[in-house]
Amino acid sequence: MHSFGYRANSLLTFAVTILAVMCAMASFSDNLNTPSPSSQVEVLSINWFQRQPNGNDEVSMTLNISANLQSMFTWNTKQVFVFLAAEYATPKNSLNQVSLWDGIIPSKEHAKFWIHTTNKYRFTDQGSNLRGKEFNLTLHWHVMPKTGKMFADKIIMTGFRLPEEYR
Amino acid sequence: MGWIGETVDSIKSIQIRQVLSQAVSLGMIVTSALIIWKALMCITGSESPVVVVLSGSMEPGFKRGDILFLHMSKDPIRAGEIVVFNVDGREIPIVHRVIKVHERQDTGEVDVLTKGDNNYGDDRLLYAHGQLWLQRHHIMGRAVGFLPYVGWVTIIMTEKPLIKYVLIGALGLLVITSKD
Repeated sequence: MHSFGYRANSLLTFAVTILAVMCAMASFSDNLNTPSPSSQVEVLSINWFQRQPNGNDEVSMTLNISANLQSMFTWNTKQVFVFLAAEYATPKNSLNQVSLWDGIIPSKEHAKFWIHTTNKYRFTDQGSNLRGKEFNLTLHWHVMPKTGKMFADKIIMTGFRLPEEYR
Repeated sequence: MGWIGETVDSIKSIQIRQVLSQAVSLGMIVTSALIIWKALMCITGSESPVVVVLSGSMEPGFKRGDILFLHMSKDPIRAGEIVVFNVDGREIPIVHRVIKVHERQDTGEVDVLTKGDNNYGDDRLLYAHGQLWLQRHHIMGRAVGFLPYVGWVTIIMTEKPLIKYVLIGALGLLVITSKD
């Protein structure tokens, strides 16, 4: 009954159980944190705006993004993935989400940032609907834990408009 | 003789009843694993509820050997979600993040573009030739939870089959020779 094998087995089982419980508790403790992030985005300029040969509108813009996501970090946070998406509706599509910029925040020290950038991914429509189009810029974030459940949320910033003419 | 002789004797001395009960308990282990897997499939609605990350394209978020729990609900797919998708002509599913979504007004169908966090460009190069967008039927599920390192067990087992056979053999021997 008290052979080496049995003792090793029960020790291993116990250790794995404790580890699983601790992982579950760490993941659960994320629920106790209520983040209060803030963000501000400015469209500084429209660099160019044209219709591609395949008929899709494409625009290039310079953005100024500032955000403070420090309250999102807990002891179980490995990183926060943050991205800015342009969101708008067209007659054909009820929702278009186009990611313009993204970044990985590895630690709390880097979570308060200010960045001046052109759009990292192409802002292309499916069709030719962008002239004079009103759109939202939404800052999304996905919190990746060291272990457990992933969290996501967003801040919607409204009231942006593209120019009426190509340039 | 010594140890080997004792083992041979112990194998000889096994009665038919003991053999049967061991076969039953072995069967119980296998079937309960199957039941858990199928139950997970039902709950999550995904055909493979747990996947192992095989590449480093989502680093530093997901590393090789991490385990992801998938969920497939009716909820629409949105930008930023991490989805697991199958491309026609590729056997191994890919875990990447959605960066663009276009959802139709009339049918509700979606066009989705994905990218690995650690990759420089988007995934159009990985898609089938000429394919610009992923549709709903390509997507197997979205990642909802994360457990580090555990997937290394399966990676080692698939890449070094010898270890798998040694492990199975040792376990089998343990089952046969155990006296209670």
